[in-house]
Amino acid sequence: MTTVSQFEQTVPGGEIKGRSLWADAWARLRSNRAAVAGAIVLAIIGLASLFGPMLSPHDVGQVYRSYIKVPASTTAYPREAEIPDLLKTALRRSRADITSLDVDGDLVTLTLTAEREIDPRITRSVERNADFTNVQIIETSPDGLSLTMQMEVTRSYFLFGTDANGRDLLTRTLFGGRISLMIGLLATFVSLIIGVTYGATAGFIGGRVDSVMMRIVDVLYSIPFMFFVILLMVFFGRNIILMFVAVGAVEWLDMARIVRGQTLSIKRREFIEAAHACGVSTTAIIRRHIVPNTLGPVVVYMTLLVPKVILLESFLSFLGLGVQEPMTSWGVLISEGANNIVEAPWMLIFPATFLALTLFAFNFVGDGLRDALDPKDR
Amino acid sequence: MNAPLLSVRDLKVHFPIRVGGVLQGRYKQLKAVDGVSFDLMPGETLGIVGESGCGKSTMGRAVLQLIKPTQGQVIWLGQDLAKLGAKQMRAKRQDMQIIFQDPLACLNPRITVGDIIAEPLRTFHPDMTSAEAKSRVQKLMQQVGLHPNMINRYPHEFSGGQCQRIGIARAMIVEPRLIVCDEPVSALDVSIQAQIINLLRDLQQRFQLSLIFISHDLSVVRHISHRIMVVYLGKVMEVADRDALYTHPRHPYTKALISAVPLPDPDQERAKQRIVLSGDLPSPLNPPPGCVFASRCPIRTELCATTPPVLEERSTDHHAACHHSE
Ligand SMILES: Nc1ncnc2c1ncn2[C@@H]1O[C@H](COP(=O)(O)OP(=O)(O)OP(=O)(O)O)[C@@H](O)[C@H]1O
Ligand code: SF4
Ligand SMILES: [Mg+2]
Repeated sequence: MTTVSQFEQTVPGGEIKGRSLWADAWARLRSNRAAVAGAIVLAIIGLASLFGPMLSPHDVGQVYRSYIKVPASTTAYPREAEIPDLLKTALRRSRADITSLDVDGDLVTLTLTAEREIDPRITRSVERNADFTNVQIIETSPDGLSLTMQMEVTRSYFLFGTDANGRDLLTRTLFGGRISLMIGLLATFVSLIIGVTYGATAGFIGGRVDSVMMRIVDVLYSIPFMFFVILLMVFFGRNIILMFVAVGAVEWLDMARIVRGQTLSIKRREFIEAAHACGVSTTAIIRRHIVPNTLGPVVVYMTLLVPKVILLESFLSFLGLGVQEPMTSWGVLISEGANNIVEAPWMLIFPATFLALTLFAFNFVGDGLRDALDPKDR
Repeated sequence: MNAPLLSVRDLKVHFPIRVGGVLQGRYKQLKAVDGVSFDLMPGETLGIVGESGCGKSTMGRAVLQLIKPTQGQVIWLGQDLAKLGAKQMRAKRQDMQIIFQDPLACLNPRITVGDIIAEPLRTFHPDMTSAEAKSRVQKLMQQVGLHPNMINRYPHEFSGGQCQRIGIARAMIVEPRLIVCDEPVSALDVSIQAQIINLLRDLQQRFQLSLIFISHDLSVVRHISHRIMVVYLGKVMEVADRDALYTHPRHPYTKALISAVPLPDPDQERAKQRIVLSGDLPSPLNPPPGCVFASRCPIRTELCATTPPVLEERSTDHHAACHHSE
């Protein structure tokens, strides 16, 4: 063949690896600082929410009655100055006076005197306060009117402070993040499955089927969302699963429209016609040629849908329609924080910061993805 | 004479086009292809020439049933393709392939060139091992002038001319009996044009391949075609053997096209009488009632404005549609 010879010598050696559009997009995404920062923040918040509640020394529901609404602090509670007060409260009913008190690290030595003989069971009333453990009587005066006790103080850290019930806010914020992110991801997943199937079907079949399917979407769009959710809650009770089903069931409408539009435009592209000309079956055309080409906008929309759903969930929880105690979510925490904004602002600040950071991060990643996948840069 | 591979009879493709406002809009028929008939023998090349927008691509697609013809028959080895079910039609596609006009748009941007070229193999020979498919793809890539080590690259990494070769390789890999070539070389530079045309001719001789070769350029089709069909606004103006058409064109439109082809000899070129067509192609939505070419014809008469001419045989195998052709 005459045309061949010149090409045969050109490049020796092995096959050249091509760069797919996905690989190109990935490289572009990686060079986008905001998107990378967003992804890192998301990874940190995600991991913290997942593992934080397990690693935390405080249980989510654990109530510290002596520490209601204590402010955020990096020093441990109880503080040294507070120990006498705590002990006084604990010993209020024993009619004994504290004559000497010595705090040495975690070890507290306490001497009591009274006008009547002191019952050694007094240790129990001290132990009833969860902050003191290992209460021992080390010395009793011969007349029994004076008594020396030694005990250990449990120091607890409340880095984010505590809430109105005396629960650690850090643990609750991380746990709330778990619920919020889970709802966000699950609802997005639900809407992805429904939306992609529905939209691709409508777009590919086209014609009258398409019109009917999209009019159904229009009708569903016109149902007021809050009304719909309140109805669901009234009928089925407040329930977290119902919650994300409701959100997902509403959010798929947008996804369906996006995927349908994509499918319609790709269906008319010449390479689909080329596939028809090659005898490729309809299912293979959808699988091999249409779906991979719709994925870009779908991925972008997903990263923007997750924060939308989280926000929606927060909004519902804020209204008291969402997640219920003892479960919590950022929305619930923010709502509680808003009720205590004057005396305990940290109850609002921390969950709100986490929520805002997450929303920002998702949006940065979404924007980065949109830029990276933009076909105009081809 | 043996039986034709393909017979097209009175093929029409009309697109319904919405005209007018949003509320009072109505549909008008755009006659992209309007009553075309021809036969194609095994091993023969039919050149189709016409201006941009005259319906050449639409005709090629309708022949392969990629667009459903509005009317008319496409008979493949005695069988009307329009009557076949979707599955039977898919099976027939092994024998008829197409090279698309837009080299990049006809390649899926998300899959590698190797997979693109192998796609017909995968559909028609599903039991072929991937190693065998790959070696066939590489062999063919070499034949069309693409280096085989580019097999894992993606379409956007190629130039337009290289993409065109990919499209050509894809059309040839299943060794079809007919390839519709829709302006396969207009995206390429002249030296590569010649290579590709030689390549198609080579394959044609080896495999008894029939070609429908679409072009807007008479000089390109001249080298490769046995017969040439000149179309204007969806209608056939003239069909003849290549040499007859070039030496004795009978239709004024063909004459104008031929006179526009530059001659290699500058003296001849200067002495030549050029027929310059005035005006534009009329809108296919409002074709003239008589001869479609009447608005630009240098020798039109009143008859032409009212009565459409029919395609008639003027001499052996030489047909023209004109009231006033010799
Ligand atoms: N899908 C379609 N819907 C409506 N009109 C169409 C469609 N496809 C083609 N047409 C119209 O049909 C006519 C013929 O188009 P076609 O693509 O066949 O022209 P062509 O001869 O191939 O031109 P070119 O040389 O530029 O490729 C044009 O007027 C075009 O606008
Ligand atoms: S029929 Fe009349 S208008 Fe048409 S090409 Fe012939 S002379 Fe010209
Ligand atoms: Mg064309």
